[in-house]
Amino acid sequence: MRDVFIVSDNILSPLGVTAGENFSNLTKSVSGVKKQEKKEMSALPFYASLFDSFPAIPGNYTQFEQLLIMSLTDALKNSDLDTRDKKTILIISSTKGNISLLETEPYDPGLKERIALHTSARLVASHFEFVHSPIIVSNACISGIAAILTGMRMIRSGQYDHAIIAGADVISRFVLSGFQSFQAISPGPCKPFDRDRNGINLGEGAATLILSSDRKYAGGKNGGGEYAGGKYVGGSHAGGVTVSGGAISNDANHLSAPSRTGEELCMAMTKAMLEAGLSTTDIDFISAHGTATQYNDEMEAKAITLAGMQSVPVNGLKGYYGHTLGACGLIESVVSIHSLKENLILPTRGFEQMGVTKPLNISRDLLSVPLKNCLKLASGFGGCNAALVFSKNSI
Amino acid sequence: MNGITASCVIESQLVIKNGETVFGSEHIDGNGGSDFLLAAYRHFGLDYPRFYKMDPLSKLGWLTGEILLGQGISAKNDLEEDKNYPAEDIGIVLSNANASLDTDLRYFETTKEFPSPSLFVYTLPNIMIGEICIRHNLKGENAFFITNQFDADLLEQYVSHLMDNDILQACICGWVDLMGGEYKAVLFLVEKGKRDPSCLFTSAYMNKIFNREKSNENG
Repeated sequence: MRDVFIVSDNILSPLGVTAGENFSNLTKSVSGVKKQEKKEMSALPFYASLFDSFPAIPGNYTQFEQLLIMSLTDALKNSDLDTRDKKTILIISSTKGNISLLETEPYDPGLKERIALHTSARLVASHFEFVHSPIIVSNACISGIAAILTGMRMIRSGQYDHAIIAGADVISRFVLSGFQSFQAISPGPCKPFDRDRNGINLGEGAATLILSSDRKYAGGKNGGGEYAGGKYVGGSHAGGVTVSGGAISNDANHLSAPSRTGEELCMAMTKAMLEAGLSTTDIDFISAHGTATQYNDEMEAKAITLAGMQSVPVNGLKGYYGHTLGACGLIESVVSIHSLKENLILPTRGFEQMGVTKPLNISRDLLSVPLKNCLKLASGFGGCNAALVFSKNSI
Repeated sequence: MNGITASCVIESQLVIKNGETVFGSEHIDGNGGSDFLLAAYRHFGLDYPRFYKMDPLSKLGWLTGEILLGQGISAKNDLEEDKNYPAEDIGIVLSNANASLDTDLRYFETTKEFPSPSLFVYTLPNIMIGEICIRHNLKGENAFFITNQFDADLLEQYVSHLMDNDILQACICGWVDLMGGEYKAVLFLVEKGKRDPSCLFTSAYMNKIFNREKSNENG
């Protein structure tokens, strides 16, 4: 089976416009989550991580498409890949894409076409002159992980040599009101795995991950950044890391509440590690989904415990980014890849006291420790679960 | 070699299983397809109270899945020892053009007064995968792809990878799209090691069923 190497990446979020800038801010405990007073979204103030302004890219692009284009541009700039290559595929991940257009434009057949995810994907693909029609993954909150897994599988099967995976979601009244109607929005900054956790913060952002079968990327590009003397000097390239395994499962239990046992997420974790050729003791840290709802965090704790990994350091990044929906799997994967490269486990912002019935080793402080393998988790509506393993190559 | 062991098409007030029309009612055309789906549900004597709670897209996907599987396949669980595959070995890979826009519009209307959580949950296209998984206790791989037209090549490539690498032993795959009054669902059951040569799991065969091309050899 072909190895799948990471060529370059990007995170575009309220924390920065490159992955390096994002990672640097994360090490300084900067969060994008703050109190928002946006009447067009909600009569009452709410906490979320939102852009103050969107990039202005020439052309008739929506906010969602601008995020994708800007994120892709930065990741591509740091790679030597040609988007016009016949063995290169673009994969896009989003849950709601252009849905916010319903709030500002009258609905007609033209708007129906403009909202469609395949319209956005076509516009973004032609901006970069991709040869093949892009693939669009829309699988609730596991979309980003599912998109990376799709890219990994298409490279493994030999169908493509390079996969460029980008994900984004924009927050608007549509999504916010939905989570509010579920009473799932936290009244303050979210507190993943904490005793007093009380729901999610939403967030917007985009991220890109470029994968390749080419062994020249096995060693990475420039070795990433450094953390020395209490100061992080970021490198903008990820490299020297592979996507080594992944799997998806379904709870077959409930549409909006996670599994009561965590068995099915555990199943995906086990299969992902098996594909990577690793055992539970090889995993140096777990990047959890950690939405900070009662049920999600409890389910993840059960799954991690079932897998026998309760002593493995776990972190969650929703306290910095909020829940970025179709982008979160990508954003949090890119952060985890940089963690591996920098040998730094980030703290779980918002976590103070253990609030799950199966205690986990939740990371509270920035931890500098040699790292080799990371397990990334996500779960979403529709009962879906996903797990991915990222591994640093021995050089 | 992977084979298609069943197919089901629902469109234009017709239900077609394995190439044969098993239910049709051109007189039931109201309510954006919902009346027809309800008539089909009753015709097949189905009894599943959750059906009534589903949005039209999930009703369409669920009903097509129900007729596709019939008594033919199910996941093993403690109560049903004699069934075919372990739950985690059966997956669902679906696609459509309009995602969940049909329900998105209805949900959005409710946001002007009281946003409806029961509608909001259906504003994701993969929810119908969840509905089919719940019904048949299927716990394997899921994927939902958006394509502007039926992309049999994508399904063949993605599902073949899952089957050929022993990630799945069986998979339901296909297309389920519903928008306004328009609806079309075409689902295939793919199983490993089924060698009936007229039903190999290929994009050409899927396209033939999708386009309802008449052919004696494929029944």
